[in-house]
Amino acid sequence: MDKNELIAKVNACLAEEFEVEESIITPEAPIKQTLQLDSLSLVDMVALIENEFGVKIPTADLGKILTFQALYDYLAERA
Amino acid sequence: MRRVVITGMGIWSCLGTSLDEVRDSLYTGKSGIILDPVRKEMGFRSGLTAKVELPDLKKELSRSQRAYMPEQAKYAYCATVEALRNAKLDQDYLDKYDVGLLYGNDSSADPTVRAVDTMREKHDTMLCGSGAIFQSMNSTVTMNLGTIFHLRGINLTISGACASGAHAIGLGALLIQTGLQDLIVCGGAQEVNPFSIGSFDGISAFSTREDAPEKASRPFDRDRDGLVPGGGAATVIIEEYEHAVKRGAPIIAEVLGYGFSANGEHISSPNVEGPSKSLRMAIERAGVTIDEIGYINAHATSTHVGDTNEAKAIYNVIGDHRIEVTSTKSQTGHEMWMAGASEIIYSMLMMKNDFIAANINFENPDEDSAKLLIPAKRIEKHFDTFMSNSFGFGGTNATLIVRNL
Repeated sequence: MDKNELIAKVNACLAEEFEVEESIITPEAPIKQTLQLDSLSLVDMVALIENEFGVKIPTADLGKILTFQALYDYLAERA
Repeated sequence: MRRVVITGMGIWSCLGTSLDEVRDSLYTGKSGIILDPVRKEMGFRSGLTAKVELPDLKKELSRSQRAYMPEQAKYAYCATVEALRNAKLDQDYLDKYDVGLLYGNDSSADPTVRAVDTMREKHDTMLCGSGAIFQSMNSTVTMNLGTIFHLRGINLTISGACASGAHAIGLGALLIQTGLQDLIVCGGAQEVNPFSIGSFDGISAFSTREDAPEKASRPFDRDRDGLVPGGGAATVIIEEYEHAVKRGAPIIAEVLGYGFSANGEHISSPNVEGPSKSLRMAIERAGVTIDEIGYINAHATSTHVGDTNEAKAIYNVIGDHRIEVTSTKSQTGHEMWMAGASEIIYSMLMMKNDFIAANINFENPDEDSAKLLIPAKRIEKHFDTFMSNSFGFGGTNATLIVRNL
């Protein structure tokens, strides 16, 4: 999967799971606010990423992934 | 003593997903039982089950709210929306006053099993997702309804096996009678997935009449061979009488008496003394004579020993008084944690519409059921007071007596 495909898949998965318009997911947008995640639903994002991309985001890394761009980069290195 | 009245009801069952639909199903004697091929693939002795529609709540509730709800909480939400609407209770009222919540529920197997599967496969608890803990607790229904509707009175799940729903209403009535609450959302919910009753199937408790699913649940019939599991949810709004009058609520019936007892014997086989005691206590507390009772909704689940001992208990208490006795489980299967609440609603629908639904599949009595007046066909009859029995594993018994208003 090239990076554009990865970005498209990430956006589609997150939009569907968290029931937001895909168009509001932009690289620099903050993940938590855009997807309206609280401490509980953040857990669902980790589970979704693991199920869809086979990448486990440890709690220590989670705090550093603040934007969608950061998430794309994190997954591109590991997926 | 403060009087306790019913001001609203709502239901989500195999007989329908509104009071009108359920009334019609009761009237026509429709069966809600099917054969589920998935259960046979899973190795069930009996693939029989009630068919209950899973509500799609995407438009009503947020993604987060739905994430914490197992199927029985969704059924309970739908039943409660209908009950609150019928009781003329809107969100403004719920936000302003302390409204209680007592709901019967005694399992949440599906989310528990799924979480355990994930832990075993992935070795990472985070991958269970955020909803698993809230979905798998026994109190899942009351925690979900309480937070969705912003209820701030008593909030408890009643786990009394197959008498859970009846105990919820009875205990709610006691809290209102004693002045601790004015209004309580009561009910019972039951999950319908195979995981929840697989081990129940394993103790040979279920009917295996798979060639005729609609004939399988046959309470009191001589040729019964076990129960059929069912489910859904039923909500009954109970309220202090003057409180209901003051807010202009539709007052539809009065909870006159709640009787209870425990057998303290075998974990699954009921006796006769315990249920008899529960019936007598309800009658005494209701302050009615046996002649005033126009209908008895039996617990009878279509098991040999259960139906026999209940028939004996009822006969012990009513003697030769000719009161119609039926088990609506002939149509619904055994709604277990929900049954005590749903059967109040089924009986209410009959009482309000002047009929007694047929005890379908009652073709031949046995020695004990022959002593009771069990109509195999629907009868048109006006009655103003009924009694409803609910008994559960461990020997817990509950009886409610309700009067028309």
